[in-house]
Formats: sequence, structure tokens, C-alpha cells
Amino acid sequence: MLHAPSRRELLFASGTLFAWSYMPRLAHAEGRDPRFLTIILRGALDGLATVAPVGDPNWVALRGNEALTLDSKVAPLKLNDFFALNPAMPNLHRMFKTNEAIVVHACATPYRERSHFDGQDLLESGLPKPVPSESGWLNRALGSLAPGGKVDPKGSKVFAVGPVTPLVVRGPAQVLSWSPQRVMPASDDTAARLLELYRHSDTKLASVLEDSGRMSAMEHSGDMAQKAGGPGPAQVRAYFSEAAGNAAKFLSQPDGPRVGALALDGWDTHVNEGIAQGRLSQLLGALDDALAAVKTNMGTAWRDTVVVLATEFGRTAHINGTDGTDHGTATVALLVGGALKGGRVIADWPGLKEADLYEKRDLKPTTDLRAVLKGVLKDHLRADERALAQTVFPGSDSVKPMPGLVG
Amino acid sequence: MTAAVKTSGKDAAALALHRFGFGAAGDQIAAIAGDPRGALLADLDRPNAGVPTVDLPSSGQAARAVFDFRAEEQAKQKLALRAVKESEANGMSQNGASAMTDAGNTAAVPKPPNQPPPLPQQILFNEAKARFDAAASANIGLVERLVWFWSNHFCVSADKIPAMAGAYEREAIRPHVLGRFADLLIAAESHPAMLFYLDNVESMGADSVGGINRDKGLNENLARETLELHTLGVRSGYSQEDVTSFAKVLTGWTWFPPAELERGGEFVFSRRIHEPGDQTVLGKVYPDTGVEQGRAVLADLAHHPATAQHIAQKLARHFVADEPPPSLVTKLANTFTASDGNLKQVAKTLVTSDEAWMPQRQKLKSPAEWVMGVLRLTGTEAAVPVPRIMNVQAVLGQPLWRPPAPNGYADIEAAWIDGVGRRLDIANELAGRVGTADPLALLDSGLGPLASADTRGTIARAESRRQAVALLVMAPEYLRR
Repeated sequence: MLHAPSRRELLFASGTLFAWSYMPRLAHAEGRDPRFLTIILRGALDGLATVAPVGDPNWVALRGNEALTLDSKVAPLKLNDFFALNPAMPNLHRMFKTNEAIVVHACATPYRERSHFDGQDLLESGLPKPVPSESGWLNRALGSLAPGGKVDPKGSKVFAVGPVTPLVVRGPAQVLSWSPQRVMPASDDTAARLLELYRHSDTKLASVLEDSGRMSAMEHSGDMAQKAGGPGPAQVRAYFSEAAGNAAKFLSQPDGPRVGALALDGWDTHVNEGIAQGRLSQLLGALDDALAAVKTNMGTAWRDTVVVLATEFGRTAHINGTDGTDHGTATVALLVGGALKGGRVIADWPGLKEADLYEKRDLKPTTDLRAVLKGVLKDHLRADERALAQTVFPGSDSVKPMPGLVG
Repeated sequence: MTAAVKTSGKDAAALALHRFGFGAAGDQIAAIAGDPRGALLADLDRPNAGVPTVDLPSSGQAARAVFDFRAEEQAKQKLALRAVKESEANGMSQNGASAMTDAGNTAAVPKPPNQPPPLPQQILFNEAKARFDAAASANIGLVERLVWFWSNHFCVSADKIPAMAGAYEREAIRPHVLGRFADLLIAAESHPAMLFYLDNVESMGADSVGGINRDKGLNENLARETLELHTLGVRSGYSQEDVTSFAKVLTGWTWFPPAELERGGEFVFSRRIHEPGDQTVLGKVYPDTGVEQGRAVLADLAHHPATAQHIAQKLARHFVADEPPPSLVTKLANTFTASDGNLKQVAKTLVTSDEAWMPQRQKLKSPAEWVMGVLRLTGTEAAVPVPRIMNVQAVLGQPLWRPPAPNGYADIEAAWIDGVGRRLDIANELAGRVGTADPLALLDSGLGPLASADTRGTIARAESRRQAVALLVMAPEYLRR
């Protein structure tokens, strides 16, 4: 009797976040035509599970059986003698090997609390404190581009289709945007949180949600990971690749936008994190596919491309009581692109002994994410250094742009 | 039971906004916390409450416009076919054959992008927008909820009559939701949308001049559904003879066919097809007074005790519980009878009865009601395109003005609870539009003291604003009222 919709109907409208800066007039004097894409990973990515410090003697004790080690059943992908990449990311590993990827470890924004919302705001606003902001650093960066540089600041626009523009690209520059056709269904994580709430408060709703079929992949994430992934992970994969891949298509066009941003959700892994097999592994695999899609779709523009992946903060160094990790501090920032001087892990490694941890629980931040971003904006887009310190990342005079990221 | 009922304070205010409105939003909980009942009564006492303020085509205008539109489309197709045939005749038969297939099949003709939707769809979108806007902009929304309730009680379907589905609600339902039930009943049953939906335009007295000449007779559909669904209720004592006699009474209640230039799509009583003679319905003889014969039967049905009971039961079920307290049903039925079916008085009895303020939230919000609540809470109603809101409601099983049968959408939990998994995806989508609003502030606006510690903690721990808002509107306290 009731209208039973198909999945297809859910794909009718859009719901994601990708926006870009449109820069129609470019100076090609240096023979390059730079592309810059920022991917915000919402939810706090576990940097230690993404790029594991396998050479640190205190590493295994922190994570126990969950620790990625070179003799793990599913071995991580070696980056150097000290760090190894999560095995779900072979594409990123290949880019690293061809000097097209950089890992910055023990990296964090200036935010030292542990609220997702404030942390994401600060990551995107570029402000030193979590105060309300109407604009993001990427938008303001457009105003900081040095005259005569590669990108003419006049005529720059931030372009955004879609229901909500990420804060990082909001601001005075005009915003235009685009949204994937695909609707991102609620993640298994969201469903799991809801189920947990229902189990405590409304058992009838809980049993309905359990029976709705969407929980099966998640409840047995360990087993499911070995199969080809349930519908949930497959949808996440498709969505990540469509969002990032299309961003690259737009950026690659000769008269297309040059700067863009998008956000990918789902990284808040408190329970059954599934580092080698399971939830995080699936998410990292989806992200890895998305990076490959960016490279493919950039075509020849890949050599002029830098992609920065950043998250609001990291996760606890220790595993918690539910085989997951809680909100932490330092994490990784990942950079990929043909314009990079890559093949390096950049880390002033703080160590993992208890005394070395921030507040005895988190990886201690030793690199300010703003230094990384400022380095890319300055050397890749030729942003003005003074403006970077004053308007793009206000109050960041002491945080110098990291040199030598771009080749 | 009475001792447990609180009718003031923030708990009661939040309860009232969910149970009788579209859910809390903004600072509404605090605004009415001093006197939630008074706020509900004030909503009912607003002058012209419920009366439409939009300027949209009448059902007759819409029906004629759609007829013209379809006639023009048909003419275009005919011209295309004619062109194909002419080219065939000129010896271009090879290409002509396939072109003819295309021309004869409208579905195969690709629509250019960014074209405005075809007129019938545009009319429906405009009507839907008026309905969504009225609900989104209502202060509490009790009167709009009553509009939705009565529109579902006296439902028609846009599947059968797209041009009029929205206009019907504005013309037949809205003016009477706080008026007399007898007036509402007559307005609904005599509206051309209803007469077409329940086939009365086909019905003819077998002994009428039109019936004799065309060898046609009765269609009982409208008479039966009026008795079974709109007034007395099923198994309330009427017989097949009553249905048949009532159907005869209603013959002649028809419309000018939409093709008529001046009054197409408007109501007309046609004596030519009206069954002549007196009719006996429920033991009472109604002399043949033409259109007044039907009005007299409807007026008596409106005052029948079974009708009072049926309406009271449905109202209590809609607002309070799938199995409402019998004492509440009795109170509503008594007010209905004592006030001559004054629906404002009935609504006032509802909101001032302690049974309607029980803190247990026993109703699962219907999809349409829930979607509107989410749009109001997040302030996104104006930003979401009307076709998308309609699509979302359809995905959740409650497409606007398209109930599967004349009994309207079900009003019990069992009908909707299996869709909760799908609601989560919709919640996730709508939450993606929230932007930088603080989820905990939205929680305070939307649920206030109704939020459990579990729910508050779940939202505070969410990994993103989007997830937080999706979890908020999927929390049991938000789904149930």
C-alpha cells in the first residue's frame, strides 16, 4: 500500500560540500598553472593509525593488538624506517614512492580543546581561537595573492554549488559551488550512534533500526571487511570518489577553477575502530580511492596540483576500552600532488612515552598545521607572506611558512 | 492520571509544541512556558486562522488551464504525426518510420534542460509551496495541523485530479477547520475535486432524464465513503439501502466538464441527471428538493451521534495516542454534539483536557509532520526546493495529496515505524544544510527539557554538526510526541 522507494530515489538530490575558487586569468610566466584542493576530514582522523610510527619502541604498548606493525597479519606499507602507511592506502603509497606525497606527522592546529564543532571551525576559519567566523582561510587567501604571481587576485571567485559551503571557502570572495548527484546516506557510524541511543531509551525503535538492514555491515565490521564490503562501505567509496574526482575534473579544465575545497565525514572512531580491518580501514580505503580519482581526473594538470588533507585534531594515543580511540590532539596532515617535493615524512617526532604525550594521553603537536598551509599557499599559489600572517591566519606571525614543500 | 499532568512550565510547553504543533523551534519553548494551554487557545482564536492568504488559481481556473494545456500538447503531437505522414507520403519512409514511433510516444521526447515544469506540475508545486510556507511560518501550528488532519480526513488524490488537489484544500477545508462540521462536510462533498475523485460526476439517477437517455445509473462511491469514512464510520448501523438511497440523493452533484470555457471545473447541480423522487436515508424521508435534498442528508449526518463519536475518536487518535483514552473521546464527542459541531470548540476541549497532556509521548510523528518539524527547527524550509520536500515526503511513504485510498494516510505507529531507517538518510541530508548552527542550541530549541541525558550526550559527542543534527531529529524524543 505504501510507496516503497528505491535507493535511486534517495539519490535524487545532493548534500555535499565542495566549493572552489574560480580564477579565470592566470599568469603562466613560470610555466605552471597551480591547482589547490583542500579536503577537510571531519570527525578527527586517527593519525597514528593512518601513518603508524612502527619504529617507535613505545608504539605497540599503546595499541596492543590493534597496533599496526611491520609483522602484522595485514602489513602496513613502509614509508621509511620509522613510519608505515595504513595498508588500506596503496594509492597514496604509490604516490609517496614517486615523490608525489608528503606526510606531516605530530601536526595540529592551535586548538587544544576536544570539541569537534569548535575544532572544525578553527581548522576552517584559520583563526587562533574558536570564535565565530564568517569566513575561512582559503577564501581570505585569495585576497592575499601577490600581484603578478601565478594567480591574478582580480577576478578571483570562490565558486560553490550545493546546499552548504564549507566554512573554509566562505568569505568576501564570491562563492559558487557544485554538488555530487549522489546523496551521502547517513553513515554506519551515525546509525550506530542512533542505535545505541535507541537501545537505552526506546527499544522498539532500536529493533526497527536493527531490522532495517543498514546495521548488518557495521555490527560485524571485522568479519565484513574481509568480504567485498557491505552496501554501506561501497556507498561511502562511491561518494568519496565522486566528490573528490569531480572536484579534480573541474580544477583540471583550462578555464576552470584553481582552488577548491570539500569535506568528507565519518572519522570519529570511538568504538571498534577497525584500523587494519573494519571501519577505519574502509574509510581510509575510500579516501585512497578518492585520491586516485583526483590524480586520474587531473590529467596533465596533476603536475601542477597540491591537495592538502586536514582534520580538526587527532585521537588518543592509547586505545580505549571499546577498541577505539577518543578525541586527542596531534595527528597527520597528508599532502598529495605532482607539484610536491614528495616522498617524505616531515615530523619533529615527540615520542610516545607517557611523559612525551600531551596531557599524558595524546600525541604531542610539534608542527603547527598553519605552517604547512602557509608554506603551500606561499610557494604554490604565491600568496603574500604578510597577508598570510595577518588576514589568512591572523596572529600567526611566529608560525613561519614551511619551506620546500613544493618542487 | 490527572495528578501526573503538568500544564505549565517548559516541559509542558515543549510537549505542547510537539503534540499540537510542528515541534519546537527558536525560543518557542520559553515563549509559551508561562501558559502553554493559553498559547494553544490563542492560536485557535486568531481571526481568520487557517484561511488561505495566497493568491492562487481557483480549482475551476486550474482545471480549465490544465485542460487547455493538454489540448495544446495533443495538438502539437498531432501536427508532428501529420508531418511524419506527409514526409512518408513524399517517399522518405525509411527515416519516417522511426520518427513516427518517437512522435507517437511522448515519453521518448527528451525534455530540454532547465525548462519550467509542465503546467499541471507547476500548479501542484505552487500549491505545495503555499502549504509548506503556511506550516513553516505558523507560530505554533495547531491550526495548520488541523488543516492537515481534516485534509486527510476528507482526502482527494492528486494522482486522480492533479489540477485541483491543492485548491481543494484551500477552498473546501481551510475555511471551515474552525467552523461548523456541517459546513465543512458540505464544502468537501460538493467540491468538484471530491465529486471527481469519488466518481460522483459519473453517477446518474437511472430514472432521471439523462440516465434514461444514456442508459446509465448510480455510482455509489461518494455516498458510501461519505457514510463510512467522512461521517458515521464503518459498521455504525447504516445499511446498503441507506447507501443506495443516499447515492440517489447525490445524483446531479457534478461539475461543468473542464472543457467548458466559462465555468469548466466548477460545481453544478444538474437536475437532468438527478434521481427524481423522495429518498429514505437512515429511516428519514427526504423529499426531492433538488440540491437541497443532499444538503439536508449531509446536515443530518453531521449531527448524528455516530459522527460525533467517529470524529472524536479520529481527533484523539491523531493528537494523543493510537489508542486514545476513552474519556477524552467522550469529552470531544460531547462537545461536538453540544456545540452543533463547532470545530473550534472541539479543538479547545482537546487542548484543555488533561488526557491530552499526558507526559508519555505515544505518537510517532508521521513523515510529513516530522519533515516539516525538521525544516522549522533548522530554519531551512525556504532553502529546500519544493520538489525536493515533496520528494522527501514521498520517499518516506507520505507523498503530498496522494494517499493510496480514500481513507487517507494511516494515523498509527505501525504504518510508519518501519520507515525509521529511511528517515535517518533524510535526516542526514537535511542536516547537511544546517551550516554552522550550534547543535546543542538546536537541541535546546527543539526539545528543551524533553531531551534525555543520553540524547544530549549523544549529540554533544557527535563527530560533526551534521551528524549532531541528524541524531537530534532522529532522537526518540523528537520522533515521538
